[in-house]
Amino acid sequence: MRPETKSLALHLGLLALLVIAQFVISPFHHGNLSRIMVLAVFAMGYNVLFGYVGLLSLGHALFFSAGMYGMGLAMQHLGVSALAAIAVGILSAFVLSAVVGAVALRTTGVAFMIVTLMLAQAGYLAILYFGTYTRGDEGFVIQPEFRTIAGLDLTDPTVRYFAAFLVLAVCLLLTLRLVHSSFGRVLVAIRENEERARMLGYDVFRHKLIAVVISGTLSGTAGAVYGLLFGYVGATFATVQYSILPLLWVLLGGAGTVIGPFIGTLFMFYLIDFSSGLTSAYMVVAGVVLVLLTLFAPQGLAGEVKRRLLPWLP
Amino acid sequence: MLAVQRMRQNPLDKLFVRIQTHFTAKATGWQIRRGTEMAKKLIKPILDTRRGVLQKMAVGAGALAGASAMPGLMRYAQAQSSEPIKIGFQCHKTGIGAAYGRWYERTSDAAVARINDMGGINGRPVELVIEDDGTDPKRGAEVLEKFAKQSNCDVAFGTLFSHVVIGSAPTAGELKLPYFVVSEGHHVASGMLNRYTLQPGITDVRSQVIAMAPFVADNLGKKVTMIFPDFAFGHDHRDYFSAAIKEQGGEVIEMIAIPPTETSFTKYFPKIPRETEVIYHVMVGPAVLTFVKEMGEFFGSNKPEIFGFIDSLEAVDINSPGLEFLEGTYFWEGNPRYAQADQTSFDKNYREAVGVNDQGSSVTDSSDISTYAHMFGCWETLNVIKKGMESCDYKGPDDRPALIEAVEAMTDMPASDDHPQGTKEFNGKTHQAFGHQYISQVKDKKLNVVHTTPIEAGYYPDEVDYTKQPF
Repeated sequence: MRPETKSLALHLGLLALLVIAQFVISPFHHGNLSRIMVLAVFAMGYNVLFGYVGLLSLGHALFFSAGMYGMGLAMQHLGVSALAAIAVGILSAFVLSAVVGAVALRTTGVAFMIVTLMLAQAGYLAILYFGTYTRGDEGFVIQPEFRTIAGLDLTDPTVRYFAAFLVLAVCLLLTLRLVHSSFGRVLVAIRENEERARMLGYDVFRHKLIAVVISGTLSGTAGAVYGLLFGYVGATFATVQYSILPLLWVLLGGAGTVIGPFIGTLFMFYLIDFSSGLTSAYMVVAGVVLVLLTLFAPQGLAGEVKRRLLPWLP
Repeated sequence: MLAVQRMRQNPLDKLFVRIQTHFTAKATGWQIRRGTEMAKKLIKPILDTRRGVLQKMAVGAGALAGASAMPGLMRYAQAQSSEPIKIGFQCHKTGIGAAYGRWYERTSDAAVARINDMGGINGRPVELVIEDDGTDPKRGAEVLEKFAKQSNCDVAFGTLFSHVVIGSAPTAGELKLPYFVVSEGHHVASGMLNRYTLQPGITDVRSQVIAMAPFVADNLGKKVTMIFPDFAFGHDHRDYFSAAIKEQGGEVIEMIAIPPTETSFTKYFPKIPRETEVIYHVMVGPAVLTFVKEMGEFFGSNKPEIFGFIDSLEAVDINSPGLEFLEGTYFWEGNPRYAQADQTSFDKNYREAVGVNDQGSSVTDSSDISTYAHMFGCWETLNVIKKGMESCDYKGPDDRPALIEAVEAMTDMPASDDHPQGTKEFNGKTHQAFGHQYISQVKDKKLNVVHTTPIEAGYYPDEVDYTKQPF
């Protein structure tokens, strides 16, 4: 079997498992999985840039919140439908990531991290500054009666689960397609040796910029969908914490693997949830586990599987 | 009945029933609960399965059949009535609200201990299920799901920070989980949230601010400069106070919004107009000590009247170095931190139960200053939950709508051991409590109450009628 076929089968298998999970898991885990699937899309967006291009951004909360606020403000102040609001959210993230990419990609390494961090902080402060419209740090609620698409009530747990699943499935398969494409291979080439890629005639800046836009748009999609499915838009999602989280999810799951971000998000979610039931110092538990994973599985969970068992894992 | 008849006919069953009766009589409530929990754990994985309706029916039918034949399971059925009422406490144990969360937890523990000492609720013990929300709205919503779907809590309660409340309330509405917040935010009464979210134990910021305006205008001055953090809580003060002082014949002559990331404030003080008679400040966050110190350096001894909200200095010792400048200034307090000369027996009992001394700090560590102006809300809210459950004869999650209606029907909440902060009026339509506010002056490094506002001073027109929303 060709590696591409194997990887497609694996990822379709994951999606099939998630469909089956809808029918067999408890309501608590069902709700959790809805959240995890949307957050995994955020991580997958981050992974496109970090895992495949090797650019470490500390500002992805900006794209996530751009999607969330693009969606939320359109519904709150323009009265557009949920589906149109999602489109506005995705478009906001698309435009913003193009602008941020054009600015930040003039830097490399640590400077890139600092510039993305500062731009994200500027975005956070802008949300607070325009508090008249955004309700600042408190945020605002998307009322249940507006959270419907084509007559489907997104506050219903089953509908919400499948909405989250649909977004995850589309983004997962798109990312898989991207990784297998010649464009994706050029991104990996840039990650491995930027100068060599340039010497071979590839327009490195253009490729990186497109990667930033894809990464930011996927993150923004997650933000828009998260806000709509769970009914809240708030500035907390624009704080630096939400730039660090996707980095952790990707590192844990396995940077540079398509399936890794989902695994990392799932693992981290339950690590926090489980350890908080053991002790109030649950972040210490989470920290120790993270250190252990970094020491013994530095390529993340899926990265280790790739290294030891499935070298064809994309 | 059939089962009993069958047991009467069977000598072996007779013996089994006698053994069973003997041990059941000796079993403590704890043992029964423990047995119930174990039985629940054993069948939970099956019962929890989604779309497992047929399985549930089969299990249910089997359980019923088994119960009729097995006395052991009958005991489980009997023990249902003594199962604890579970109250999910969404606690800010970590994050920016941790100082509040620590004292909210102590107060809630004390209130639950008192309720259990008095016989619990409807004869059932109360159990507090505590989860840390990290003062984060995303985690807050997740915690509510955990309460409703995993811990099987009857209600959720205890949230302070507004963004966590607003981020969690949609989830509470979807789960149909009564969510009693102790936030003082205006979000509940503004109509932004839903019928399942209530704030019966503490007044909201709009009510607090408009109740302050007459005192400020009559006693301190009519030309006010406001200094507030440039986020939603500060904007509420800006909007409500500027309107309220105007009604009193005064005016806000300058509004100075401070970005939340600011660490030094010297550049803002020259913006204060010379004709300012009163500075109204509501600085929340760790930079408050720097703010006060730098304001003292700016004004020296020639300062205008200064009025602030104690939110800035909750859990902070008023005797801290750098706060000397506050001597003679005024503060709003939700509940007076220092025991006053006219202290009520209710406040005395409440302090003793929570473990707070007359100076407002922990009885075991005088450097551990309480969040006294707010934490009474947890105590009072838990008593409201008790009263609501008792008046609707609450038995389980099916009675959640009845509980909401019972609380909505409440009006007078007289000062008592249940309401040690003072008398309150509850507005069932807006789900918001109204009460007295206290204005204290810093004198000899203590906060002394100089004025108590009437409840009516905090009234404003209803902005929502939650009772019209369906469950």
